[in-house]
Amino acid sequence: MNYQSDDKGYYGIFGGAFIPEMMHQNIDQLQNSYLEIIGSESFKEEFKLLLTDYAGRPSPLYYSDRLSDHYNAHIYLKREDLNHTGSHKINNTIGQILLAKRLGKTRIIAETGAGQHGVATATVCARAGLECIVYMGAVDVARQSPNVEKMKMLGAEVRAVQSGSKTLKDATNEAIRDWINNPVDTHYIIGSVVGPHPYPDMVARFQSVISEEIRVQLKSKVGRETPDYVIACVGGGSNAAGAFYHFLNEPSVKLIAVEAAGKGVDTGESAATTQLGKPGILHGSRSLLMQTADGQVIEPYSISAGLDYPGIGPMHANLFTTQRAQFLSATDTEALEAALYLSQKEGIIPALESAHALAALNMIAFKPDDIVVVNVSGRGDKDMETFLNYYQSVK
Amino acid sequence: MENRITKLFTTKDKEILSIYFTAGYPDLNDTETIISELEKHGADLIEVGMPFSDPVADGVVIQQSSEIALDNGMTIHLLFEQLKEIRKHVSVPLILMGYLNPVMQFGIENFCKRCSEIGIDGTIIPDLPLEVYETEYKTIFEAYSVSNIFLITPQTSDERIRKIDGLSSGFIYMVSSSSTTGAKDAVDQEQLAYFERVSKMELRSKRLIGFGISDKHTFQRACSYANGAIIGSAFITAITGEGRIEGKVRQFMNKFES
Ligand SMILES: Cc1ncc(COP(=O)(O)O)c(C=O)c1O
Repeated sequence: MNYQSDDKGYYGIFGGAFIPEMMHQNIDQLQNSYLEIIGSESFKEEFKLLLTDYAGRPSPLYYSDRLSDHYNAHIYLKREDLNHTGSHKINNTIGQILLAKRLGKTRIIAETGAGQHGVATATVCARAGLECIVYMGAVDVARQSPNVEKMKMLGAEVRAVQSGSKTLKDATNEAIRDWINNPVDTHYIIGSVVGPHPYPDMVARFQSVISEEIRVQLKSKVGRETPDYVIACVGGGSNAAGAFYHFLNEPSVKLIAVEAAGKGVDTGESAATTQLGKPGILHGSRSLLMQTADGQVIEPYSISAGLDYPGIGPMHANLFTTQRAQFLSATDTEALEAALYLSQKEGIIPALESAHALAALNMIAFKPDDIVVVNVSGRGDKDMETFLNYYQSVK
Repeated sequence: MENRITKLFTTKDKEILSIYFTAGYPDLNDTETIISELEKHGADLIEVGMPFSDPVADGVVIQQSSEIALDNGMTIHLLFEQLKEIRKHVSVPLILMGYLNPVMQFGIENFCKRCSEIGIDGTIIPDLPLEVYETEYKTIFEAYSVSNIFLITPQTSDERIRKIDGLSSGFIYMVSSSSTTGAKDAVDQEQLAYFERVSKMELRSKRLIGFGISDKHTFQRACSYANGAIIGSAFITAITGEGRIEGKVRQFMNKFES
């Protein structure tokens, strides 16, 4: 089975490029040039150097004694939280800024939910000396304010989006509209494995460094390259795509994707796309989508801004329908409890998004010799206010 | 039956005035009234918008009319119900315009079938790309004689315009500038160069210019480069607010009388 996209950007029946004519020129240019650009020696060298010296890679693969004890398995944490800017998002933005430069673009736009992708984009734009505009839902501007301040300090303009549910979906709409209005000088750095072809494949390739490193690190630690489980949270799915990438064709590795159940999958306030969605088209690709019977997109809900999205990337829709990956979901409360647990047992405060992946440890019956890798996609600094509100309310 | 769009262009090929509005706006049941009044007051062609929750090619006016229309309860099912009898009293070509996902959920074949039963002549689906139309949908649209209309923009290459020209059966929708709908109309050198470039290509298809056309002045200027023009956001703005819908439509259309 091939779990990668074909040359038209399809993963099984999902993917493609469903874009208005106004975006054709830019998407066509990307489709025709991305493999050649990112496959060139000069690109690979520069990308690698920046991942190492600027982002701080490789990120550690940390053996957690206490989680291992607790869950009675060998639990490793892939520490994407230790990257520069605090999450896996920097892997993608470094790749895309190098691409944008080679395409001669001078203006960068991005959408952001939790603000991690916004910060990672503002960061690489500062370094590259390019103008940066970040669209962020007004609700997210309020709940992730430390990241808004960071983006501003880095010199980016943050535009609060007032339409729809004022979260990630609407920020993405607004970024697409910006690109339609500025087709010549602008590159759109999409923050996840969503959007029209070639974005899902391109972003997955930039994030694939995560699983490339896991293989090497596991080999030196336990003598084999493949774990029994890889667990990652899924908003659009970029950290999961990166963590799964080099294991997709290793059937012995169980891939666990964890979605945000919000207040519960059946409460009407959830973002668990695979459980609530059906095939549909949003933001330029065909995937699974939370929608009404009439095809209107349903406003999702999650306490975690980075998972508050009504779709998932087409790669994941295909992993779900082919059952290559197992999809679980964690509620707001389960994630908050998992964040507190990791903080107090290991001294690591994870991002709320990553806490969903950690919560899944409670849902799986491991065998004692199982090797489990949890992708800690980011750190929790941005979520302190949400954490404090919750822990005070339950004390 | 002869497609009404083709027929329109054989009887008139200059200063075609096409008006877009969002079905279900301002009130859920205004659809038939707006269509009738538009025809009565001189619209040559009418585009009925099927509202979508995430209209990425639209500016703020159509975003808001879509949101209100959806809140009012508009759906494709309901729209077809409202239009069921429309051909008893309206003869101008009617085009449905909207995004792919709601149409896909309705079912493409079912959708085309309903269009043909009711007397809808064409569709404009901005996020249905040419390539997908050609490989997956063309035969269905043709079987039901529904003309799918494609957009071109200042960025569209000559080669691609030729291809679109070959696939078009209604007209080509020339997006006037690189923008979402409702953008300010400011004719610049680049836009003129684009209009002239396309004029010189001697395409077989008729062309209507849309986006940023708001009044008689901008309409006539657009008409000097194409067979006519399309007005959307400006019309929606005009039918927003107090007053009976008939009066608001008439007032807007009166400005175009020669
Ligand atoms: C730390 C962290 N993890 C995960 C996500 C979810 O995105 P994705 O599913 O693309 O990894 C985000 C998004 O903002 C994030 O900030």
